[in-house]
Amino acid sequence: MTTLSDPPQSSFKLSMLLNDTRYRAYTFQFIALVCVAALFAYLGSNLAQNLEDAGLTISFGFLGDPANYDINQTLIEYDNQMDHWRASLVGVLNTLLVSFLACITATVIGVFAGVLRLSNNWLVRQLMSIYVEAFRNVPVLIWIIIIFTVMTAVLPAPRAFRGEDPEASMLFGAIAFTNRGVYIPKPIFEAGGWAVMLVFLAGVVGAFAYRRYATRLLYATGKLLPMGWPALAIAFVPALLVFFALGQPISLELPELGGFNFTGGINILGSLIALWFALAIYTGAFIAENVRAGILSVSRGQSEAAASLGLRPNRIMNLVVLPQALRVIVPPLISHYLNITKNSSLAIAVGYMDLTGTLGGITLNQTGRAIESILLLMAFYLAISLTISAVMNVYNSSVSLKER
Amino acid sequence: MADTHAHSVRFVRDTMLPEQEPPGAERGVVKWMRENLFSTIPNGILTLLALYCIWWMLSSVMPWFLNGIWDAPSIRACREILEGQLGGCFAVLTERWNQLLFGFQYPSEQYWRPTVAFVLLFIAIAPVLFRKVFPAQMLVFTAVYPFLAYWLIWGGSILVPIFAAAGIVAGYLTYSRLVAQSFAMGFFGGILAALVFWFVVGFIPTEGIVALEPVASRNMGGFMLNLILGTVCVSLSIPFGIALALGRRSDMPIIKAICVIFIEFVRGVPLITLLFVANVVLAYFLPPGSNFDLILRVIIMITMFASAYIAEVIRGGLAALPKGQYEAADSLGLDYAQAMRLIILPQALKISIPGIVNVAVGLFKDTTLVSIISMFDLVGMIRGPILASTDWNGVYWELLGFAALLFFVVCFGISKYSQWLERELATDHR
Amino acid sequence: MKKTVFLGALTVAGLAAGAASAQTLSDVQERGTLNCGVTTGLVGFAAPDANGEWDGFDVAVCRAVAAAVLQDPTAVEFVPTTGKTRFTALASGEIDMLARNTTWTFTRDVDLKFEFVGVNYYDGQGFMVPKALGVSSATELAGATVCIQTGTTTELNLADYFRRNNMEYTPVPIETNAEAQQQYLAGACDVYTTDASGLAATRAAFENPGDHVVLPEIISKEPLGPLVRHGDNEWGDVVRWTLNALIAAEEYGITSTNIEEMATNGSPEVKRILGTEDELGSKLGLDAEWARRAIAAGGNYGELFARHIGESTPIGLSRGLNAQWTDGGLLYAPPFR
Repeated sequence: MTTLSDPPQSSFKLSMLLNDTRYRAYTFQFIALVCVAALFAYLGSNLAQNLEDAGLTISFGFLGDPANYDINQTLIEYDNQMDHWRASLVGVLNTLLVSFLACITATVIGVFAGVLRLSNNWLVRQLMSIYVEAFRNVPVLIWIIIIFTVMTAVLPAPRAFRGEDPEASMLFGAIAFTNRGVYIPKPIFEAGGWAVMLVFLAGVVGAFAYRRYATRLLYATGKLLPMGWPALAIAFVPALLVFFALGQPISLELPELGGFNFTGGINILGSLIALWFALAIYTGAFIAENVRAGILSVSRGQSEAAASLGLRPNRIMNLVVLPQALRVIVPPLISHYLNITKNSSLAIAVGYMDLTGTLGGITLNQTGRAIESILLLMAFYLAISLTISAVMNVYNSSVSLKER
Repeated sequence: MADTHAHSVRFVRDTMLPEQEPPGAERGVVKWMRENLFSTIPNGILTLLALYCIWWMLSSVMPWFLNGIWDAPSIRACREILEGQLGGCFAVLTERWNQLLFGFQYPSEQYWRPTVAFVLLFIAIAPVLFRKVFPAQMLVFTAVYPFLAYWLIWGGSILVPIFAAAGIVAGYLTYSRLVAQSFAMGFFGGILAALVFWFVVGFIPTEGIVALEPVASRNMGGFMLNLILGTVCVSLSIPFGIALALGRRSDMPIIKAICVIFIEFVRGVPLITLLFVANVVLAYFLPPGSNFDLILRVIIMITMFASAYIAEVIRGGLAALPKGQYEAADSLGLDYAQAMRLIILPQALKISIPGIVNVAVGLFKDTTLVSIISMFDLVGMIRGPILASTDWNGVYWELLGFAALLFFVVCFGISKYSQWLERELATDHR
Repeated sequence: MKKTVFLGALTVAGLAAGAASAQTLSDVQERGTLNCGVTTGLVGFAAPDANGEWDGFDVAVCRAVAAAVLQDPTAVEFVPTTGKTRFTALASGEIDMLARNTTWTFTRDVDLKFEFVGVNYYDGQGFMVPKALGVSSATELAGATVCIQTGTTTELNLADYFRRNNMEYTPVPIETNAEAQQQYLAGACDVYTTDASGLAATRAAFENPGDHVVLPEIISKEPLGPLVRHGDNEWGDVVRWTLNALIAAEEYGITSTNIEEMATNGSPEVKRILGTEDELGSKLGLDAEWARRAIAAGGNYGELFARHIGESTPIGLSRGLNAQWTDGGLLYAPPFR
């Protein structure tokens, strides 16, 4: 007796490639692969043909040529005799710097605005929603240009600090806000300076260790040690003692008016500030919405339960609501960080020399190597984005709720 | 009974006391202010701070705005009228109004065409946005609209868009005839039929038949360009996005890999680099002699960009559907195409609509980036021809403020709609 | 857009690899329009006016070529290009010629495979400073903040100049001239540097031009001229000799007003240029009257200069190096023979 469910022992037929679900998947994939390969071959042959017609070749040799241009903000040593590759690297670091600053600032602004949007103060709530809506609904490019214009049009030029009765004066005699950027004092480390820094770092670590110990003690025995003042003391007092014991080895170099500009100190460029704040405020508006949604996602019972345990409102926020809201907030936060990094390429609108400004800007213009430069540019951004999202995903999986 | 009772009790009130006014501090504005503005001391400080902020902003903006000059030929004339007082020079908006909206190259006697197309856009889009309010018959107009808008904005013979539409109809008819056999057959048959139709009608001369004056796409500019790029790219990217999302969730490893690589690549690079590609590199990859103009190349790149993001939104929608829906479709004996078309996608798309609208708003804002690659959209017009002209050199605030306001109105409107839709579509009960 | 967007997109797949490099002239004639790359806007050289018509000194060269080749000076599609896109636009065939104050350099000519057909403006990079700074020479600029318009050779010249003189400076790269102007006027930079002609144009647009001085040092040679793709010599010749015709016309006194009279009564060389004697046009693949139309389109070189950037315009450039060789300048058109 044969069972009806036995598969038919037929041999393989060509039509089965289309009709049999076992093989159809292979057919489709094969077709797709061929299509993609054909597309690339088509584009590639066009490229080869066009390059041949124009008498050009693809070569990355230009990266080894001297760049011959100067960059106004360099985090690593650079001068105009170094090669294009070095200039690109300076650009990458500038991109990372502005993205990093903007990410932190945007997070602070976002959390602040998001919490205030749920404040029980009507006026503050309205103000915050005006902020969020105004910044979310206007292109970031316009904000960058507006903030840059504010920087140049509203802040005084360095020459306003000059003369007997200057129109502008420095804050605390140490910080100058000019339309070329902000000049701040620069710490100068002498012989013992690094020792002070080391002690200070050790102090900070000690302060955290103390807080941890206090928390443990609180959970274990219910004894509440004072948290704030001792931690501050552990962080600062030893460093201060060493500082004075070694005869003040760290001094500040104040910016001074000399020649055309302020000299000395650290100059934070106007274009950096404009880009930084535009990105931070713009993205902060988005983050505020996420924070609000995250807080609202924590069920009301949680905060009511915490209140009935006698916790004060800010403790409820810190200990009960925010840790739970974080799980909702973090995933979109990652994509906002990625957006900041990608939007930092708009630096070109304000002349901040990020990667798009060096490699995709002046290098491309000077060498005319469009295809190579843009390929490299995209590769850099892709690498940065993938790295950020990988790091953030690791963090995300560490905070995410462990479910069943 | 009542009498005896009346005697046994000394006093009974038989009417309600009139309600008393709450005490002054618990009433009206004062109560509202106490609860909402000054409930605690820190709250009061916050309120005062906020009031100071508002006052500071208004006091710096209002005189500038109220003193504004709306009629002057140049910034110098503005300064003369103001005589050193604080005031905006809004005359630039009135004088360059058409340039801001249409760019500087669109023939001025044809401005009515994009305007009509813009107004019709609302009629076309209304039945899609508010399905319950407008009759479904209006969707016919929505289907016709893209061809009509193309004809209005670009001009040329009306036969061109008619043929285009007819080709699509031919494709659809073929599809509906063949789809009973298999989806793939219907799909490819439909595409083939449309191509054949277009190839055949390509021999019919269309010059001058019910023709509007043709306008080259490089002559588009101003806010019109932002709107064109935004609407065209979003509507083109939705089908691509759906295909990519399905591909990414597919069981077939190669197709999945292709989609993942595409999506992650596009999402990993900034839009501006893709626009550089459109502007600087793409021409090298096209056949020699073919001359795509810049706007078309930009549309291709922005569509690629948008479809990757929309694919991720739709993937979220697909993932959010309960597994039971997939299993139910399978158990009904539907094949993949049927299951997707009839069961999965209608539900997944419904969930994804708010996300798609968010992508659309973001994309619309990002169309301003084309100003960086020398296209004269609204921002490009402001940064280029208008600010560079000797008449209006230095009128930053008025122009940038106007651009910001225009985008704000559109994007705020769309995002409010999206929020409304989200509430409307929410079928779960919290 | 004769073909519709989608039909174009569909048919493009079937397009034969037709246009090889050596037939730009016939392509242009077939198309009926000249695609000419210009800047996105530099007053005097190429900028759209209030009606959206392109106008300026570089634009006039495009119009002259269109008049010579297509009998119609208005048959030009102007393609605005940035410093970044101009070379790709030309190399990929999007434009037929580039007339965008582009400096003739070795690399561009040899490495990037372009052909500069001549020089229509001899320029040089200069500096502008506010008078209040009291600077009278570029050698006093040590430590200054310098606004540069990016995308030209200016960055390289500037770096060279300051290195040669052992001076420090802070570059502030800026995308457009309008923004550079705003930065400079707000005092965000002490110095603005770009081509001297650009400085003059920018200064002319200031509220008080007298408060700013252009320093005497010219730190570079900037021969600006139209360019075409390498390898298409016929087309290169057409553009080259159209430019030469404009220059020669000034030398021989041919203007847009007396052109008809000169064609009959002029010297033999004038007659050769204007096509009443000899058949120079046919050797270029054009008709006999090509140069006559080119000159009639906007006038000779001197007229174009005077109308767009000369001393009577707000830009107010003097001829200087751009005078005819007979007047001590560098303009020297080869003989038409």
